[in-house]
Amino acid sequence: MDFLSFFIICVKVLLVFAGTLLAVLIMVYAERRVSAFMQGRLGPNRVGPQGLLQPIADGIKFLMKEDIIPDGVNKPIYLLAPVIMLIPALMTFAVIPFGSTITLFDRDIILQVADVNIGILYILALTSIGVYGIVLAGWASNSKYTLIGGLRSSAQLISYELALGLSVVSIILMSGSLRLNDIVADQQGHLLSWYVFKQPLAFLIFLIATYAETNRLPFDLAEAEQELVGGYHTEYSSMKFAMFFMSEYANMITAAALTVTLFFGGWDVPLLDEKSLGIWGAMLSVASFILKMGFFLFLFIWIRWTFPRFRYDQLMKLGWKVLLPLSLINIFITGGYLTLAALK
Amino acid sequence: MSLSFLFYLTATIAVASAIFVVLNRNAVYSAILLVLCFFALAVLYLLLEAYFLAVLEVFIYAGAIMVLFLFAIMLLNLGHEDALPKFMYLQRALSVLMVALFFFGIILIMLHEPGVLHQPGDTFSAGGIHVLGEALFSKYLLPFEVASLLLLVALIGTVYLAKRKI
Amino acid sequence: MATIIKSYEPTFWDKLYIPALVKGLMVTIKHFFRRKVTIQYPDEYHIPPEGYRGLHRLNKFPEGRIKCVACEMCSAACPADCIHIIPGPSPWDEGNERYPVRFDIDLLRCIFCGFCEMACPEEAIELTEIYDFSDYTREDLIIDKDGLLEVFELTKDQKYYSRKNDSQEPQK
Repeated sequence: MDFLSFFIICVKVLLVFAGTLLAVLIMVYAERRVSAFMQGRLGPNRVGPQGLLQPIADGIKFLMKEDIIPDGVNKPIYLLAPVIMLIPALMTFAVIPFGSTITLFDRDIILQVADVNIGILYILALTSIGVYGIVLAGWASNSKYTLIGGLRSSAQLISYELALGLSVVSIILMSGSLRLNDIVADQQGHLLSWYVFKQPLAFLIFLIATYAETNRLPFDLAEAEQELVGGYHTEYSSMKFAMFFMSEYANMITAAALTVTLFFGGWDVPLLDEKSLGIWGAMLSVASFILKMGFFLFLFIWIRWTFPRFRYDQLMKLGWKVLLPLSLINIFITGGYLTLAALK
Repeated sequence: MSLSFLFYLTATIAVASAIFVVLNRNAVYSAILLVLCFFALAVLYLLLEAYFLAVLEVFIYAGAIMVLFLFAIMLLNLGHEDALPKFMYLQRALSVLMVALFFFGIILIMLHEPGVLHQPGDTFSAGGIHVLGEALFSKYLLPFEVASLLLLVALIGTVYLAKRKI
Repeated sequence: MATIIKSYEPTFWDKLYIPALVKGLMVTIKHFFRRKVTIQYPDEYHIPPEGYRGLHRLNKFPEGRIKCVACEMCSAACPADCIHIIPGPSPWDEGNERYPVRFDIDLLRCIFCGFCEMACPEEAIELTEIYDFSDYTREDLIIDKDGLLEVFELTKDQKYYSRKNDSQEPQK
């Protein structure tokens, strides 16, 4: 590996890392602002123009707050849990292709940190690691609320991971590859080649499971404020709480990016050949990716203020008795169709 | 050079964490150390360029099975060390016997057929799922089916234990 | 005769839930674009409705004499016992002979019931629309005669807050 490609990789890593953190900040701001708008309020608009600097003020507040370690906690695990949660959340974005290729210094640069041939499994594996943060935080805090919150959310994550994974399987069957770049390449061309139109059921299951995976309403039983105070992070304060907060938002951003990549053609601009337009095509593809991702992030907030929370048994029933069989049926149908198509 | 350094590092972590899983008397710590061990194994798989296996190791063992383990440990609240019986002679004797057999087997293989351990292992080194899938459904079909049958038996047993009357 | 209430049988379309969910989403997005009801307080002031019971004032005659005759009806009527009056001879030649030398209202005790206003035979004490009076010490929240007269000057025209709103910079 020569110096230039090493440099390029470093730049890409920095870009994606900074981009994710920036997106987290914007999302924190947007969450409060959009929530307010949907309730007929204005939301934070005092810090900076239109309140845009509010997340920075929040961040400073988190840093300055007293870092409380309650009595009776299991200290090493209590300290470890936020880290376990944050690191996978920030790592997942590495395999998501956020644009087409740029040709710079006589070489093609893929707009993606790591072009792994098992990209989608990598994301699923890392999200399943994030569960540890929740379980351990709930257990180590030595409080009944956190324990219940931790158990609830991990049970929920494990149940919905199945439906999530199985709905992705049908996409893998269609594209014949686990590499996210191949999946995006398979959706190029006209609008109908996007997988939403080919796999609408898989998309619905994936979307619902995503909300459960990110612990968002209507599946936020893990932090149901009315019954559990704050869920698994009740006993956390200051920067450690901020780490949980950030990883939740980072997970949402990854989930939105993954939805776009799997079902909405990734960075694809319909009816346009990005590669023929050179650097402008690449810029356009990145813009289209961000736009689509922004819509799904907005949808997170939108749905939060529309649907009430599920009861726990309803949640489990939906996961195991509706989504799981549906995704299995979907796999059978997809597999059967592909076999028939191959026979012809 | 850096790769071999990485190998020794992860191998050390894997072995050390595995030893501490056994030595630690706090069940939760043991579980976390076991997860660490799985991660080290996954890195070893990565070094062998078996990406698929590495991710599966993390996904299934660390991500799914160990979480359930941790669940059970937390719900049973095995934090009290005194509650565990101190001397389990039969189990101890059995485990020593098993480990001894295992080591004996490995040493036997190393002495008689040293080539086996140094094979490049074409099945996995390609890293592709196609190769792995083909191997599973042709060469290793019988073990694969037997394993799935075993899992089915376990599943039925669990249902039976959890729900006495259906 | 018993009435049989037929429960609604959900159709297949209902059981899909998706149309209902989309309908719900439409409701929330409609609110997203609605006019916002927030009043950004220090920049703009809420104008209370007529009859609002806020800060007290002591009324004066157009020529400047205080209407109050220090009869102490208001302090007798006060359920919170927050009005303290010391009467004395009036300094003016014409009009009433009595007049309050001191007239103190403890705003922290006052419950803003408006009984003083009703009890007053001279229409001298009145509650105004001012709602934003706060201070840092208990002593500063005991308003005296001069303060009450000052409030009268501020609220003579019943337009205290609309005047304040007009003097603000227009909102961005």
